[in-house]
Amino acid sequence: MSAATNAVLTAVLGSEGGEAFQPPGPESFELPPVFEIGSLEITKPMLLLAFSVPLIVGFFWAASRKQAVVPSKLQFAGEYVYGFVRNSIARDLVGSQYFIKFVPFLFTIFTFVLVNNYFSLVPFLQFPSFSRFSFAIPLALLVWVVYNACGVYKHGFFGYLKHVCVPPGVSGVILLLIIPLEFLSTILVRPATLALRLFANMFAGHLLLILFATGAAFLIFDSGNPWYAPVGVLSFILGILVSFLEVLVLFLQAYVFTLLTAMYIGGALSDEH
Amino acid sequence: MEISGSMNMIGYGLAAIGPGIGIGLIFAAYINGVARQPEAQSRLQSIAILGFALAEALAIIGIALAFVL
Repeated sequence: MSAATNAVLTAVLGSEGGEAFQPPGPESFELPPVFEIGSLEITKPMLLLAFSVPLIVGFFWAASRKQAVVPSKLQFAGEYVYGFVRNSIARDLVGSQYFIKFVPFLFTIFTFVLVNNYFSLVPFLQFPSFSRFSFAIPLALLVWVVYNACGVYKHGFFGYLKHVCVPPGVSGVILLLIIPLEFLSTILVRPATLALRLFANMFAGHLLLILFATGAAFLIFDSGNPWYAPVGVLSFILGILVSFLEVLVLFLQAYVFTLLTAMYIGGALSDEH
Repeated sequence: MEISGSMNMIGYGLAAIGPGIGIGLIFAAYINGVARQPEAQSRLQSIAILGFALAEALAIIGIALAFVL
């Protein structure tokens, strides 16, 4: 590269003025502990996770406290969420025969994931708990245990294995190929993708918000080149737009998580074809 | 100016094209189906979400590997 191009590049990019921009990465999610009990470090996502429980319980307790035929606004909101999970997730996907037993489980999962996701956009909290992978794993394992236990309860252990691994209408040599694939996809890949989907969406969404926010701050204040400021403002506006996208994504991930849970339970309970 | 970062992310960007197209096709078919027969929506929705979950699994495995490898 010639000296002239270098000079132009320096003038345009202002690399001499400010210090280098540090892009956010996975390390942005490793927050310092808020406080420690003995050797146990209590971090922000742990506190948020614990905080979400009294929040949910409090809301639905308040919503169901004064039950009336003509519901108050609060009761209506509570019943709307319950009705949504019960009718459009549980009844449609678990099947009308068994769904009522699973409504509490699905409802708990839905509200728990939803509230923890929306912590991402609440000012000062601003951290989705499930953007730490270790928080998503136990939830997915719980779902894994529940749907497999349902299948074993309904069909018996070997009956369930047959139900999972042997699709109806397949016979002969192709079974050699189908059985390992079906086993892999139903027993092993399902919990992994369930946990990873929730984690990756929360992680990527929050990373995007951090990137736009810190990028805007850097371009406006620290880049050492006043011509960067408009781009910084653009980055800031884009950050706001991405927040609106996040409102949708956060709900969608809670919905998809619950939907897939219901679908897996429904699949395990379904009759032999 | 120095640009630093992981080449993995470029690979992940390329790899995400496939699931992106797949998810687009799934929801295009879903919208088509609902437009033709609105009363089939609840039945089609679960199938569409299942297909979406399966196609998205590829993108998710991709992002996990992009960070891990």
